[in-house]
Amino acid sequence: MSEADRVLEVEGLSKSFGERAALREVSLDVGRGELLAVLGPNGAGKTTLLSILAGIAKPDSGRIDRSNGEVGWVPQQAALYRRLTVEENLRLFARMEGVEDIEGTIERMLDQTGLEDRRHDQVSSLSGGNQQRINIAIGLLGDPSVLLLDEPSSGLDPSQRIRLWEFVAGLSKGGTAVIYSTHQIEEASHYGDRLVVLADGETIFDGSFAQLRRGAGPRPEGTAADPENDFVRFLRKKGH
Amino acid sequence: MRWLLVKDLQLLRRSPLVTGLLIVYPIVLAVLIGLAISRSPEKPRVAFLNQIPSGGGLNLGDTGFSQDEARRELCAKIECVDVSSRAEVEQKVKDGDVLGGLILPVDFISKLQGELSTNSSEPATVDVIVNNDDPLKAQVVDDRIRSLLTEANLLISEKISDVAGNYEKILAEGGSFEIPFLNQTVHILGLRKAEKLLNQVESSLPPDKRAQVAEVSGFARLARQNLALADSLLSSIRQPIAVNKDVIAGSVPPLDTFAVAVAAAITLLFVTVLLVSGSLALEREENTFTRLTRGLVSRTALLVEKATLGTAAALVVTLLMLVAITPFQSIEWSRIYLIIPAILLAGAASSGLGLAIGAAAREVRASALLAFALALPVAFISLVPSGTVSKGLLDVIHVIAGVFPFRPAVDALSGALSESGPNLGLPLLHLALLTVGYLVLARLALRRFA
Repeated sequence: MSEADRVLEVEGLSKSFGERAALREVSLDVGRGELLAVLGPNGAGKTTLLSILAGIAKPDSGRIDRSNGEVGWVPQQAALYRRLTVEENLRLFARMEGVEDIEGTIERMLDQTGLEDRRHDQVSSLSGGNQQRINIAIGLLGDPSVLLLDEPSSGLDPSQRIRLWEFVAGLSKGGTAVIYSTHQIEEASHYGDRLVVLADGETIFDGSFAQLRRGAGPRPEGTAADPENDFVRFLRKKGH
Repeated sequence: MRWLLVKDLQLLRRSPLVTGLLIVYPIVLAVLIGLAISRSPEKPRVAFLNQIPSGGGLNLGDTGFSQDEARRELCAKIECVDVSSRAEVEQKVKDGDVLGGLILPVDFISKLQGELSTNSSEPATVDVIVNNDDPLKAQVVDDRIRSLLTEANLLISEKISDVAGNYEKILAEGGSFEIPFLNQTVHILGLRKAEKLLNQVESSLPPDKRAQVAEVSGFARLARQNLALADSLLSSIRQPIAVNKDVIAGSVPPLDTFAVAVAAAITLLFVTVLLVSGSLALEREENTFTRLTRGLVSRTALLVEKATLGTAAALVVTLLMLVAITPFQSIEWSRIYLIIPAILLAGAASSGLGLAIGAAAREVRASALLAFALALPVAFISLVPSGTVSKGLLDVIHVIAGVFPFRPAVDALSGALSESGPNLGLPLLHLALLTVGYLVLARLALRRFA
């Protein structure tokens, strides 16, 4: 990856909560427009890593280089004012982000999320999927080069999930690097250019899904070709 | 911060119930307080049974009380509900139709007359019937009856004092008076005339008798002079204890102004604490706190924004309440330059308390519950007057009241509303210190808020 393409560089991140090590020496690079899935079982350190990358939590040690652009952050639960309308939420956060062309940005976000016709609706009246789209749109207001999504599809039904990933894929095509955490290997295999697998705070894999499947070894006879089985086999092989 | 404030106002506009409550609550409270303080206390309804035979009255020398006069005096202070039997009195009291019952027995006047004229050992008594189903009502009735009896005793002693003063005058200066019961007028020579007569006859007496007459004449003079002193003695019997009040601490506003200040402080405290604590807790419930404080606004600025919202709401709500109370209670609007700073600082301190509650509770419902659970007893104990509880307990109450904004808010508003109220400086300083203290507490609590 060339220096110009790299939008985020992380080196040796460690973080402990008391006796428990949440992250141990995690390093990664992210390039422009890349879709990076951070995978791992519960308690692997996914949310801690994203919180540190977002600047919400501080690492005990390690280095983060965000010099090639802003980092946008989208929390797992929609962080929106449910009694305000879609447009009012976008306008409020655009103002607070210091966006210059507020009305133009609102129109762009409404177009991107496909919610122009719902602009005057209170957020509380939107479906979970649409709330998540506004949630992501607010993360994009500062025009970040990297967007962090913490388990963006949790709580969404299958059709909402598909629409969400189409939206995220569109962002990636537009040049925004997207780092998202998930524990659903199927999603990661479909919508991740690259997968980083964390277990007990350590990086145990960094590569494509095809590489992970190869790393998992041969499929036992009688088992279906299923990304989830491949992932579990991989984790067991690595001792997790 | 400006846009957050706009957002909070938009949210308020979208919550008609909360906004309606913010407007209606102070107005309703103002009207209730206004009605309470603008109407004089109603006379207590008392069932009155007079068993004294008609025409019987109390005779005190050449004066006395007729039954009609006594009834007029009594019924001027209570609402007399005439009844015909003791059973009827008891039924009315039992039904709650009257606060109590008063029965003047058949022998009341004769016993009182006997007590006054012959030092009879059997006192005149009245029968009082009360229903002690409510401790507050029982206390009110007890106080009222004691007060009525004291007034009746005082009235009788005044009459006796007047009669005695008249007798003393006749004894000293001479004159005539009627003997009660006998309908007979008696002429009294008087000590002055007796002394004069003795002096006249003294010169015509043999020298050996003059000394004796001079002695009697001297006695008459001395007796007359000493009787003159009886006037002040009788006055002191009429009112044996006089009151000389020295105020050693505190300056109090009129009771009505104090009631307005208390009502305003309660309104301000509840509205502000609930609004601010709920508004801060909402940022967490909506998951927006982390998004905001990730770089859009500092935690301290967020607290200042909420405090500004609360203080502005306090100003609007309290002024609304004072305007609503004006038809019932005269507000000195010329003191607005003092009223506004008092409201602003009371609002700021109450907002600070709301922030600390909101940051500690972290949920809107929990914060509302905590706000009520704290504000209500604090307002209650802050109004406990000294002398009604032990000194140790009072010290504890002062400490508790001192760490909450209600009491200094009452003092500040009393001082602002009335010239005779407490000095404004100390309560305003107190409120300012509480504001800073609560902001620090809230800022610390925000560390574990997200």
